[in-house]
Amino acid sequence: MIVENDGASVLLRRVPTRGEVMAEIVTQLAPFRSDDTQLIRGATVISKDLAIDSLAVMDMVMELEDRFDVSIPMNLVAEIQTVDELADTILKLASRR
Amino acid sequence: MGLFDRHAGLLDAYRDVRTTGADPFQIRMERVLSPTEAIINGKKCLLVGTNNYFGLTFDPSCMEAAIEAIKAEGTGTTGSRIANGSYSEHVALEQEIAEFYGKKHCMVFTTGYQANLRVISTLVGAEDFLLIDADSHASIYDACKMTQAEVVRFKHNDPASLEARLRRLGDKPGNRLVVLEGIYSMLGDSAPLKEFVEVCKKYGAYVLVDEAHSLGSLGENGRGLCEAVGVLDDCHFIVGTFSKTLGAIGGYCVSDDPDFDILRVTTRAYMFTASPPPSIVASVRQALRVVKARPELRKQLWDNVHTLYDGLAAQGFKLGPEHGPVVGVHLPDRMTAIGFWRAMLDAGIYVNVAVPPATPNGVSLLRCSLCAVHTKEQLEHMIEVMTGIGRQMGVLAPKLKVAGGSR
Repeated sequence: MIVENDGASVLLRRVPTRGEVMAEIVTQLAPFRSDDTQLIRGATVISKDLAIDSLAVMDMVMELEDRFDVSIPMNLVAEIQTVDELADTILKLASRR
Repeated sequence: MGLFDRHAGLLDAYRDVRTTGADPFQIRMERVLSPTEAIINGKKCLLVGTNNYFGLTFDPSCMEAAIEAIKAEGTGTTGSRIANGSYSEHVALEQEIAEFYGKKHCMVFTTGYQANLRVISTLVGAEDFLLIDADSHASIYDACKMTQAEVVRFKHNDPASLEARLRRLGDKPGNRLVVLEGIYSMLGDSAPLKEFVEVCKKYGAYVLVDEAHSLGSLGENGRGLCEAVGVLDDCHFIVGTFSKTLGAIGGYCVSDDPDFDILRVTTRAYMFTASPPPSIVASVRQALRVVKARPELRKQLWDNVHTLYDGLAAQGFKLGPEHGPVVGVHLPDRMTAIGFWRAMLDAGIYVNVAVPPATPNGVSLLRCSLCAVHTKEQLEHMIEVMTGIGRQMGVLAPKLKVAGGSR
C-alpha cells in the first residue's frame, strides 16, 4: 500500500476499494445534508437531495481527485447524478491508472 | 415544466436581493460625469467599481481620436473581419498590440469575452486537454463547454494542484493548454505565474494568460503579470480586453506561434460577428499610446490602491489576499453584502456587489476597483463612510476595540 502524505491530504495511490470511495464521498458531502439526520446513500441524487450547488460539486470533486489520485474531466462530472455513479467513475478511473 | 422553472432557485435568491429596495443588477447610470463620478438615483455618486483603471474613458485625446474616426469612416463596419470588416486601422491596431508585447501576432475581437470564449475553445480540440483554474472567469468556463477537449479544473492559484493533474495525464497523447489570469476579477489576487510556468514547462503544456485586469496596472511597461514576473516569452498566448484600462470595448490575443494566423479562419467569434467600429479602434489605439507615454498613471493607480487597501485593512475589514487595482471586501453573507452595498449607494458611493453563485467558495463581497484619477480625498471619504456603515451593521467591532491593522 502506497500512501503519500503531501501535507494537507493523504494521497492513495493503489486502487481503492468501493467502501473506501463511498466513505470518502459521504465525508465530503456531509456538510451539504439538509439536516443532521439525513443519510447519504448510493442512490442519493447529489444535486437534488443535498443542498449543494454546481460549483460546490466541482470543488468536492477536486478533493476526491486528490484523495484517490485521479482526474475526473468536467464533462464527466456533469453526467454524474448519484453517489453510486460518482463512486463508479472514481473506481473506473483509478483502475485504469 | 415551464421554460423558466429551472431558474427557480436563482429567482428566490434574486427576490431576496430586491427586498433591500434597490436592485444591484438594474442600476442605472443616469449620467456619467467623469471616470470617477456619475448621477445615480438623481444623486452624484463616487464610482469605485467600474474597472476604469487609468480613467481613460474621458481622456481628451482618446475621445478626439474616436470622433475623428467616426467623421472619417462612419459609425460601424457592418461586417466581420473575414468579409468587409477589416479596415487598415484594425490591422494597425493589431500590429501595435503585438509590438507592445514584443510578440509576432495579434488578433482583435469585438469583445474580450468573445476573445476568451473562442480562442480557448479553438486552440484545443478532441484528444487534447484543457486545464483551468477553479476561479476562472465565466468566459473561460463557457469556453470549456464549446471545446471537444477534456477539461480538468485545478485548485485556485495552486501550482501543485495543477502539477498533480498534469502528472495524472501521464503519456496520453494530446496537447495540454493551461489557462491562468493575471489578476482574478473578484478578489483581486494574482496568479503565482512563475511557479505555474515552471510546472507547464516540465510537462510540455502551453500557457494562456488572461491579462484583462492587469493590462496597464502590472509590469514595468504595463504589459501585465507576464511582464511583472518576467515570463512574457514563456506565455504562448496572452488574451486581454479594451474595456478596462483602455476605456472602450474589445478583446485581443497575441502569440509568437508561427501558425497563429490560421485562427483567423477557424475562430468563429472572429469570423461571424461584426468587427469593432472605427471609433473604438481609434480610441483604443490612442489609449495604448497614452499607456506607453504616461507611466505616471500606473503610479497614481498604485498610490490609490495603497490608500484604499491599507485604509480599509486598518479599520478591520477583511480584504482579498493582496494589494491590487481590484479590492474585494469580504462580508459574512449575501444579505449583509446587499445591505452594505445599498447603504453605500445611499451615501453616494458606487461599488460592485458580488454574491454567490458568481463568486468563488460562496463568498459575498463588495468589489471595489480603483482608478488612477481618484483623489486621495475621495478615497479617504469612502473609507470613512464604509467604516461608519461597517460599525452600524456590526461588520466591524465597535470603535474602541479596533486597534487597527488586524485582518
